[in-house]
Amino acid sequence: MALAGLLWCIATLLGTAVAAIAMARHRSATTLVYGVALCACVIALAMAGWSLLTLNSLGQALTLPVGLPWLGAHFRIDALAAFFLLVVNLGGATASLYGLGYGRHEETPGRVLPFYPAFLAGMNLVVLADDAFTFLFTWEFMSLASWALVMAHHRRPGNATAGYIYLLMAGFGTLALLLAFGLLAGPAGGYAFDAIRSAQTASLAGAVLVLALVGAGSKAGLVPLHVWLPLAHPAAPSHVSALMSGVMTKVAVYGFVRIVFDLLGSPVWWWGGLVALLGGVTAVMGVLYALMEHDLKRLLAYHTVENIGIIFIGLGLALAFEANEMPGAAALGLTAALFHVFNHSVFKSLLFFGAGAVLTATGERDMERLGGLIHRMPFTAFAFLIGSAAISALPPFNGFVSEWLTFQAILLSPALPQWLLKFLIPAIGALLALSAALAAACFVKAFGVSFLGRPRTEVARDAAETDRWSLASMFVLVALCLLAGILPGYFIDALAPVSQALAGAQLPRQEQLDWLTIVPIAQSRSSYSGLLLFLFIAMAAGVGAEVIHRWASAATRRSAPWDCGFPDASPVTQYTAGSFSQPIRRVFGSVVFRAREEVHIPPPGDASAARMHVRLHDVPWDVLYVPTAKLVNLAADRLNKVQFMTIRAYLTLVFGALVVLLAVLAVWQ
Amino acid sequence: MAVALDLTVQLGQMLIVLALAPLLTGYVRKVKARLLRRQGPPLLQPYRDLLRLVRKEVVLAQNASWLFRVAPYLIFATTWVAAALVPTFATGLIFSQAADMIAIVALLGSARFMLALAGLDVGTSFGGIGSSREMMIASLAEPAMLMVVFTLSLLAGSTQLSSIAASMQGPGIGLRVSLALALVGLIMVAIAENARIPVDNPATHLELTMVHEAMILEYSGRHLALIEAASFLKLLLYVSVIACVFVPWGTAVSGQGLDAYVAGLGIYAAKLAAAGCMLAVFETVIAKMRVFRVSDFLGAALMLGFLATLLLFVSRVT
Amino acid sequence: MDQLALDVAHLLAGGLVLASFMLLYQDRMTGLINTFALHALVVSFSVAWQAYIQQAPHLYITAAIALIVKALVIPLALHRIIVRLDIHRTIEPVVGIGQTMLAGIGLVALSVMVMLPITAQAGTLAREDLAFALSVILLGLLMMISRRNAVSQVIGFMSIENGLILAATGAKGMPLVVEISVAFSILIALIVIGIFLFRIRERFETVDIHVLHEHRGEQP
Repeated sequence: MALAGLLWCIATLLGTAVAAIAMARHRSATTLVYGVALCACVIALAMAGWSLLTLNSLGQALTLPVGLPWLGAHFRIDALAAFFLLVVNLGGATASLYGLGYGRHEETPGRVLPFYPAFLAGMNLVVLADDAFTFLFTWEFMSLASWALVMAHHRRPGNATAGYIYLLMAGFGTLALLLAFGLLAGPAGGYAFDAIRSAQTASLAGAVLVLALVGAGSKAGLVPLHVWLPLAHPAAPSHVSALMSGVMTKVAVYGFVRIVFDLLGSPVWWWGGLVALLGGVTAVMGVLYALMEHDLKRLLAYHTVENIGIIFIGLGLALAFEANEMPGAAALGLTAALFHVFNHSVFKSLLFFGAGAVLTATGERDMERLGGLIHRMPFTAFAFLIGSAAISALPPFNGFVSEWLTFQAILLSPALPQWLLKFLIPAIGALLALSAALAAACFVKAFGVSFLGRPRTEVARDAAETDRWSLASMFVLVALCLLAGILPGYFIDALAPVSQALAGAQLPRQEQLDWLTIVPIAQSRSSYSGLLLFLFIAMAAGVGAEVIHRWASAATRRSAPWDCGFPDASPVTQYTAGSFSQPIRRVFGSVVFRAREEVHIPPPGDASAARMHVRLHDVPWDVLYVPTAKLVNLAADRLNKVQFMTIRAYLTLVFGALVVLLAVLAVWQ
Repeated sequence: MAVALDLTVQLGQMLIVLALAPLLTGYVRKVKARLLRRQGPPLLQPYRDLLRLVRKEVVLAQNASWLFRVAPYLIFATTWVAAALVPTFATGLIFSQAADMIAIVALLGSARFMLALAGLDVGTSFGGIGSSREMMIASLAEPAMLMVVFTLSLLAGSTQLSSIAASMQGPGIGLRVSLALALVGLIMVAIAENARIPVDNPATHLELTMVHEAMILEYSGRHLALIEAASFLKLLLYVSVIACVFVPWGTAVSGQGLDAYVAGLGIYAAKLAAAGCMLAVFETVIAKMRVFRVSDFLGAALMLGFLATLLLFVSRVT
Repeated sequence: MDQLALDVAHLLAGGLVLASFMLLYQDRMTGLINTFALHALVVSFSVAWQAYIQQAPHLYITAAIALIVKALVIPLALHRIIVRLDIHRTIEPVVGIGQTMLAGIGLVALSVMVMLPITAQAGTLAREDLAFALSVILLGLLMMISRRNAVSQVIGFMSIENGLILAATGAKGMPLVVEISVAFSILIALIVIGIFLFRIRERFETVDIHVLHEHRGEQP
């Protein structure tokens, strides 16, 4: 029942997409499209949530007579799919709610409205797909729909390049996944997931893992396959950026989990080490990139890379535990990773909505041209602050809970017997701790430079608050951030069927513990109560405020800033994004990015401005992509000669191919 | 009835922590002054400072926002809650299950987040200096602290401070190399986090040398009192953590009765006095280091914590 | 042997590794020499403790030699050399101190990975002590290659010898003859290096090895 309902919602979305092509110019097209998308997503969310929480209708399958004639299109809803449908449709619903307000500012609705519901439909279909052909087809459909949305403002500088690189990387990823599915199906060629599960081919399983890592990882944003993400995500309209960062990367994680945990059978120990190591490196590199940025949306896109790294650390740990027959610990790692999937989609969408609000209000994405927005846009500022606190893993919000669970999984890993894992996992723990601390620094910079201080330009001084729809969607996400931080036990219980299906065990039931504490392993080992902490902090702040205001003084007076007695009228002298990150750039960036600063100071008497240049080298780009591009160009130039040969040369080629084929046939006999 | 008694004891711990924190700072200042052959301020001077500040009118900058006004209360509340969760005279109190060491480190991170934002709020360059240097120090100190927490929890089999303290008193652990490395790392992090010499000078108001003081430059009146109280509490928290983990003898266990609690309190006060004395001697003997040498210092603390964790991972026989 | 005695021995070996890391951390000459004195002090305590628990009185003499010669005489001599030669007081590392320490951690991990499987027969503590001794040797070598200054290379060389002493005493006894001969060879090496330092300082006004590079024969 749930599966049919979900497919009907998806069909509605597709129908809306088609209709939007025709009536995009219509005045109420924006409201209609986003409204229908909102309803469809809310219904799909309700159905997915109901089937995950009540375990009803899990395992339903359906085959539609479309697609390849001997295969059909298989769809199935199981626990993993239900969870990811929840994540996708939550993101879709909030983005549609946001779009009801934001979409009115769109200059070319004809380039956005048809593809938006198609994008949502594509993501939902990928999660429901139950055979390799449907999976790959819907994966490509999702990529193409999002590519069209990235190219919506194709005349803006940089967007066309972003779209081009996105298309290349998406195609490369799909190729890797195609090869992975080919290896999984084996020579028998059974492409349905049921057939693959029962075939249990153990050969080349390592190659399948690497291909899945490359294919799904490039869509998710693992270093070094992340290069398209900070170009493409900011180029799209803001609600689409939120969907791409918060939801599409999670669909990529779903693809990885489906292939490696479900279809591939029992893992080998080094898989876990490789995945966790990639995750750790991605986490630190992502946040270091983000610290060097001063474009608000690019900073958020790099942060997505960091959080994907954290998710893959949890997944890698789960694989390592599963390979060593420790199902309880594997369940912990898997739960930590999946909880972080949910949390990240919530607060990343929130942050992108805030950035979109700022963009609409001021027309600027560059933090160094903003400032003082907390006075002009108080509600957006509050929502962005909660999002920043959540993504920096600060209690009592939800980001802290999933990082805490990941740390608990790392603390279980001395029991792993392999030597390489014994050395790797403490290093990954250190990398995770480092990335968490650097993320807090990055968001102090992002929020502080954009929203606090004094306005640096006219547009920042004259900004106005955004509309009700945008604010409503942001506050829904704020409430979710707090709820998931205070009531994590319910979320962990909801994830239990998923970890049971994939890892063979689940975490103990959390709901009957006092004070909504969560105990992932055992009471004697560790516990955390978000509700108690929240109540304590609120009580302490309230009591402190009350006591002081009642018995001491509540007087306030406004005056000029003290500033050590040297007041500065110009807002140019306050700290910029580049100056805020200068200490961290000097400590970390000089090693990782070979960051160098050059300062040109004019001679005394010259009244022109001093200049500072900061040079950063993007190591994966310089080492991996630029040589590859040069190689491809070189090969293309050489092969181009084939276009211009004589007839005799072409005949020689045909003759040569025929002779070679006959020789191969002769030898193979 | 027993629950009500336990709640009273927990509440008592919260109030004791709040009451002792300014005394510790006053004691450290007195000892430092005596070592420099000065009279020094009276022992209770921090209490008088707080009372004086609390009664004064707050002078706010024209463009200070609601965040600037709310931040001191949140900073104080998170630091107080974190300090109250560390066992002082007794372990295993009723709410000690609410947060383990990782959560305590993260609570201090919340306080620092709000403080750094408050520094950026008014839009002066001093606030920016303080915030950016503080976040650089935090980006190394927090991972170092987490690695120390990993070491301790691997040894004790739990991340709860009460369980760690209990297992340190037990026979199973002994003198391990990782413990020594973790102690050195923890002391280095404590010095950096509390803005003591050699990382930051708590008594200066010179731009070149300040980190913490630069962020709170614009605060006055009751807001400043709350932030000062929060920094006193933070010092008490770190000293309590070192005391309850590395010198755990004499701490009562929850449920042992009032006389055990009083004895535990006396021993705790003695530990605080000893730690304060050592801190004062250390600050007098050593000079402040350059700002960019602090990253080497904390990098060394991170390496020590990492080495301690690595040695534990490797030497497990299971 | 009771557990506490073994634990103290293990702690002293770990303390020596910590002292080697402190040597890597120093960026000033006087700090480096004082830290080397501490390094020698820790090794003499460690040898003395081994003498106590193994009941091998000749090791007390080894400890005394380490204490007097390496913790007192050589640091004092180096202090005087520095003052006499007026050598500049800061030490330039080749790569940053943070990266050097990270490499140091990698070397400790490597020595643990090498030693623990090889010595599978012995008890856990002896195996870890040998791993620590190998780490001290590798860290001393790291110090020699990651500093541009001749004095710091000498100190790195001497810390390698401390690591060898730790390994030899930890592996249940070392005849005094071996210790005396090793110590004498180190002393001779030190005298020769000292003479060279004087000559380099006279010629080039600095002991930065980099300067010597330009005076090699095969420059084009």
